[in-house]
Amino acid sequence: MTHFAIETKDLSRIYKIRGNKKEKQIRKELVALENVNLTVERGELFGLLGPNGAGKTTLIKILTTLLAPTSGWARVAGYDVTQHPNLVRPRINMVSGGESSGYGLLTVRENLWMFSQFYGMPSKEANQRIVELLKMVGLEDRIHTKSSDLSTGLRQKMNIVRGFLTDPEVLFLDEPTLGLDVGAARDVRKLIRTWVDTSPLPSGEGKGEGRRTLLLTTHYMVEAEELCDRVAIINKGRVLACDTPANLKRNLQRDAIFEIETSPLNGLTSQILQDQPEVKKAALTDIEGGARLELILKEEAALASVINILTQKEIKVKRLTKREPTLEDVFMDLVGQKMEEVEKEEAPHAG
Amino acid sequence: MNRSETTRSFTMATWLGWQVESNWTDPFLFAIYVIIKPLASAAILVVMYSIITGGAYESPLFPYIYLGNAFYTYVGAVMAGVSWAVIDDREHYKTLKYMYIAPINIPFYWLGRGVSRFLIGTVAVIVILTAGVLFLNVPLDLTQVNWGLFIVSLLLGVTMLAMMGLILASITLMVAHHFFLIGEAVAGALYLFSGAIFPLEVLPAWLRPIGYAMPITYWLELMRRSLIGDVAQAFPTLAQYSNLQLLGILLGLTVIFAVASVFTFRWCDYRARELGLIDRVSNY
Ligand SMILES: Nc1ncnc2c1ncn2[C@@H]1O[C@H](COP(=O)(O)OP(=O)(O)O)[C@@H](O)[C@H]1O
Ligand SMILES: [Mg+2]
Repeated sequence: MTHFAIETKDLSRIYKIRGNKKEKQIRKELVALENVNLTVERGELFGLLGPNGAGKTTLIKILTTLLAPTSGWARVAGYDVTQHPNLVRPRINMVSGGESSGYGLLTVRENLWMFSQFYGMPSKEANQRIVELLKMVGLEDRIHTKSSDLSTGLRQKMNIVRGFLTDPEVLFLDEPTLGLDVGAARDVRKLIRTWVDTSPLPSGEGKGEGRRTLLLTTHYMVEAEELCDRVAIINKGRVLACDTPANLKRNLQRDAIFEIETSPLNGLTSQILQDQPEVKKAALTDIEGGARLELILKEEAALASVINILTQKEIKVKRLTKREPTLEDVFMDLVGQKMEEVEKEEAPHAG
Repeated sequence: MNRSETTRSFTMATWLGWQVESNWTDPFLFAIYVIIKPLASAAILVVMYSIITGGAYESPLFPYIYLGNAFYTYVGAVMAGVSWAVIDDREHYKTLKYMYIAPINIPFYWLGRGVSRFLIGTVAVIVILTAGVLFLNVPLDLTQVNWGLFIVSLLLGVTMLAMMGLILASITLMVAHHFFLIGEAVAGALYLFSGAIFPLEVLPAWLRPIGYAMPITYWLELMRRSLIGDVAQAFPTLAQYSNLQLLGILLGLTVIFAVASVFTFRWCDYRARELGLIDRVSNY
């Protein structure tokens, strides 16, 4: 048995999409994942960061035995997900955010208790743990509420508790804070961090058997940056980089990152800026009364040429700040676009 | 097969199925659903019968039809009960994927989800039979009933229906869209081919083989024979078979359906994961 919690090798998934009635013959293929190679150690809180449509959910579905890969393989908790789903399932759990699943006619306690029973937990232990977990997310006063009477946010919290309830070896959370308000998202993040850190083993045992592992997906940069031990950046089905947030940003440390607020752009495009030899990446966003430029420059001196271009185009600089790199910049550096821009492009295709 | 896994899958699913099924805010409405609905459907049949035959309740055809229809309740209840769980969990509660990744035995989970409809169906059958005896002179005498045959046939028949339900549930996994009533639809179609309300001889010769291949046909005959004796004499369909032979045929067909259900489930489960159908939700 390997010591990895999750291991994938050249994992790919292609969706075959049947055309609509008119064009039945046309069968499109959509590559949702392409040769994904990842290893997650036991005890890690691992983040998959990528825009909508990047393939995050597809990867989680494969890892949780819901979807077969088209090629390649994946092991979770030491077992191949295709060959031994029955050995994987007792060791994992999964929650998708942004959906309100659950049996509305059951109370919060009943919903959770039922799932604990499907996992073979002793009833008394389950009930204790339900109360503990509900307290941790601030839902304990709703324990006897029918789940249909909960708001979507509270229902989502209930589902997140369901994931932690069975204390799996590997827990998968697909966009756990999607759609939650700020406070609820904070509660959930805290629960996530606490659960991974309070290993059933005595502290100081290092990363190995018995340590809890959690993989979450997110398209919130801050969530990945602040919460995760390691982050894989994924776009269009491919893992572009995988490291600790600090290391990912380190590659940009020698670059200079500027944010400039300007008057309207008068036809300036990011391409014009990127044609400058010292400008690595440039992103332009329209904001009220003007625009925002985000620049990754090979060195600070290159700022002069950018200002030059702005002056030629009669664009006024309203504010200029230099800042430390964030994962957003890492993404822009890797993909050439900001994550929002990628999502805007994808949006018309999203089904 | 892990025994505790199958046990907890079945028992918890039974619990859940009962919560879902008995989720009536008003117990009075629930009683109506359980009692009035089956009576109403039996009444329609009786009215039709009396119009067609001019009220020949003494004819052996009447108990034949009445009992056939009464026990046919189980066909819809068990088949729809088991297969409905797939649609309900996937489309309505959005929990099918969570059930799927849990360490449970999915076929046993589905069977468990069907138990509550089976129990409600049992109440319906008792209500219909009682009404028949009290008001329509259905010649059912509890002292004359062949209880041994009745119990064995009932158990075997329900097992057979559960296996057919599993096959439907597996197929439902594959064909999410608009197959809401697959259980009822199949039950409705088989109503005409299984000798429930008329002997197979009434069917055109080329349709009869469907009836002879259906275990339901033999089961209904066994239920009638065990309750009111040899009604078969009036109708030649299965007259040449003894009770034991009928039981043998039913057992054989049940085993065939059980094996078929295992393979159907395995194949549909495999295909559903290939195609990504387990958490697919129809866009209505
Ligand atoms: N069942 C499906 N059939 C066809 N295409 C799909 C299906 N599920 C997802 N996709 C497509 O695969 C790509 C990846 O989707 P997904 O894994 O959901 O991404 P993410 O979770 O990162 O937003 C998207 O382009 C999406 O439209
Ligand atoms: Mg997703």
